[in-house]
Amino acid sequence: MKVLAAMSGGVDSAVAAARAVDAGHEVVGVHLALSRMPGTLRTGSRGCCTIEDSRDAWRACERLGIPFYTWDFSERFKEDVVDDFVAEYAAGRTPNPCMRCNERIKFAALLEKALALGFDAVCTGHYAKVVRTDAGTLELHRAADWAKDQSYVLGVLTAEQLEHSMFPLADTPSKDLVRAEAAERGLSVAAKPDSHDICFIPDGDTRGWLAERIEMTSGDILDTEGNRLGSHPGAHAFTVGQRKGLNIGRPAPDGRPRFVLEVRPKDNTVVVGAKEMLAVDRVTGIRPSWAGAPLAEDTTGDWFGCHLQVRAHGDPVPARARVHRQHDTVSWVLELDEPLQGVAPGQTAVLYQGTRVLGQATIDTAVNAARAA
Amino acid sequence: MTSTTGRTYLDHAATTAVRPAALEAFTASALSLGNQSSLHSSGRGAKLRVETARDALASALGAHPSEVVFTSGGTESDNLALKGLYWARRDAARQAGRPACHRIVLTGIEHSAILDTAEWLQAHEGAQLDVVPVGPDGRVEMDAWRDTLARDPETIAVATLMWANNEIGTIQPIAEAAACAADHGVPFHTDAVQAFGAVPLDFPSSGATTMAVTGHKIGAPVGVGALLVRRDATLTPVQHGGGQERDIRSGTIPVALIEAFAAAATEATQNLPVERGRVGALRDRLIAGVRECLPEARLTGAEDLDPVTGERLPAGTRRLPGNAHFIFPGCEGDSILFGLDMADVEASTGSACSAGVPRPSPVLIALGVDEDLARAVQRFSLGHTSTAEDVEKVLDVLPGVHAAALRAGMAGHDSGIRTANSHR
Repeated sequence: MKVLAAMSGGVDSAVAAARAVDAGHEVVGVHLALSRMPGTLRTGSRGCCTIEDSRDAWRACERLGIPFYTWDFSERFKEDVVDDFVAEYAAGRTPNPCMRCNERIKFAALLEKALALGFDAVCTGHYAKVVRTDAGTLELHRAADWAKDQSYVLGVLTAEQLEHSMFPLADTPSKDLVRAEAAERGLSVAAKPDSHDICFIPDGDTRGWLAERIEMTSGDILDTEGNRLGSHPGAHAFTVGQRKGLNIGRPAPDGRPRFVLEVRPKDNTVVVGAKEMLAVDRVTGIRPSWAGAPLAEDTTGDWFGCHLQVRAHGDPVPARARVHRQHDTVSWVLELDEPLQGVAPGQTAVLYQGTRVLGQATIDTAVNAARAA
Repeated sequence: MTSTTGRTYLDHAATTAVRPAALEAFTASALSLGNQSSLHSSGRGAKLRVETARDALASALGAHPSEVVFTSGGTESDNLALKGLYWARRDAARQAGRPACHRIVLTGIEHSAILDTAEWLQAHEGAQLDVVPVGPDGRVEMDAWRDTLARDPETIAVATLMWANNEIGTIQPIAEAAACAADHGVPFHTDAVQAFGAVPLDFPSSGATTMAVTGHKIGAPVGVGALLVRRDATLTPVQHGGGQERDIRSGTIPVALIEAFAAAATEATQNLPVERGRVGALRDRLIAGVRECLPEARLTGAEDLDPVTGERLPAGTRRLPGNAHFIFPGCEGDSILFGLDMADVEASTGSACSAGVPRPSPVLIALGVDEDLARAVQRFSLGHTSTAEDVEKVLDVLPGVHAAALRAGMAGHDSGIRTANSHR
């Protein structure tokens, strides 16, 4: 196959590309320039990636003896990931930009360009596994190394996208082995630290970064009864489940810490309360998609058992789910076997059966059935 | 070039193959001991080789040997000329109590070695930039040039105009522009990096005060160039030290590179009358072939045609003989470059940042071309090793490469892959 290896400049994608080469594919390395740094260019409008990362990616390709290019996706990245991230926060939701990047950039814009230019697949260093069933359908599964498993951020991929995805690190028992393999292969990125945080917020200060992009006006912090407890500098910077940075000053009557329960961008208020108030067991998800072939229950509307995961490295919790169809709108209704804390609208609900990723939906509402009743 | 490397190299404007004569001069010289500033026998030997090379380079440009200041290349030459002339004339005006002399006259399509230097002088040294418009083909608008220079010329520190554009190949009316500057007593610099070896250059009759040239565009190794400086010109040095080159440029000079440069210049100049026509004919075949197979392709820049009668002019009259630069609407330049590279053809998108990201062509942006089209470009540049097979190879693979790039370009605008949230 002709394989386009997306090379971030990190160790995982370098080893993934190396394995694709070993597997006999015709591999070309491509580094995506995603960030826009006004001031570095006279024309001022288009992106430049970090020079170090692109250099690391290039060195890896030279080592593997494969061609290397840098492609500019900064405009698409800004529209589909960065602007979306800001808009979601502005609407009081908590988005996952890595997921959006996989959905819209790596396995859409890049994949599409790759297919147009004659490639068959995009290869990345994600820890997840694509399995073809006996029936010929595709399934996405967790990686062998659960600690590194990245199936959550890939849960948004559709059958069409999975068809052209290649994750050569899927069966690697641990990241240490990937590093050792990189060293063995003479890849200079073997000891390069893992990237964390959000790539377009270099100093990790998400709140400060958002404050420069969303108009923040101070508003009220309320308790669940609607009593004013204090004020905040701008509701958009808060996330459900957040404890720090509330600066209420006086303790709760029972002396227990308070957490953000709800962000209401419309009236610019933040609702806080005790930790157990965070616990929800009824979740609805909108814009669902199946990671591969849908379950039969997609059309029957029957309940099916599954596990729900709401963040990249969160623990899956047992739940049951069903597909709800109303006119043209499809959504998911989830009932959790036991309450889960810190579930915010905008987060992605990824459903699993065993190691298999069923699909995902964007969380719309999350409530506690007992309290709501 | 196809025969020697298996790859078809059509990026001679970036750098060209080292000429055997230049390599021979280099290797012979590199083993010779001696600093040309030393006073012993080895030093005198080095000095003789440098001065012989200086004679040869001067002769290739019709210049006097003392007018040749060796540098590390085109960028240094442009910096030295622009900053050197600017500072010298600005300071002279200050000392004489004359009005402030701080204007720089230039066009928006100069090479970055000029544009960035001018912008630096603007940001740090109080320069004011007078950007003279160019026509749609990139040629400077002479009426505007004349008007700009006629307006308070005593406040103009330096005027500069490139001999030929590195991206689109347009050749400027240098003699006219220089004469106009001279009429007003304004120093005039020309960046002739792309023109040298491609079209006849004669430093004295050009009327330029200074002229930048470089070795690696004409078949010498990278790392050596020259600034031609008229004997009556005053330049403030940019880098200070031993003053080896006319007290204008300091630093021990690389004898072997200079000898290679002289050898390449001599050969390129000797071959020029024939090469100009030969390369020009290859270019014309390439342009005609591209237009035939891809009628939507748009040639940028000027053509070697009489603007009034439309008659064909000798190659290199209005456009560099080796330059063919196209806009392929709907394609990204990097997709075409990728496809060509995969087919063993090497061309250029013209402009990339330090991380290798293709940028919209600043030259086309300056010409008023919109950003999408300014990214849809590909430059084919031919040189002394180019052959008819090279051109046929490009024409053979280009339609397929173009079709794929067009599909990729469409994909970029109107996604065909439906994703979970794409219907929002």
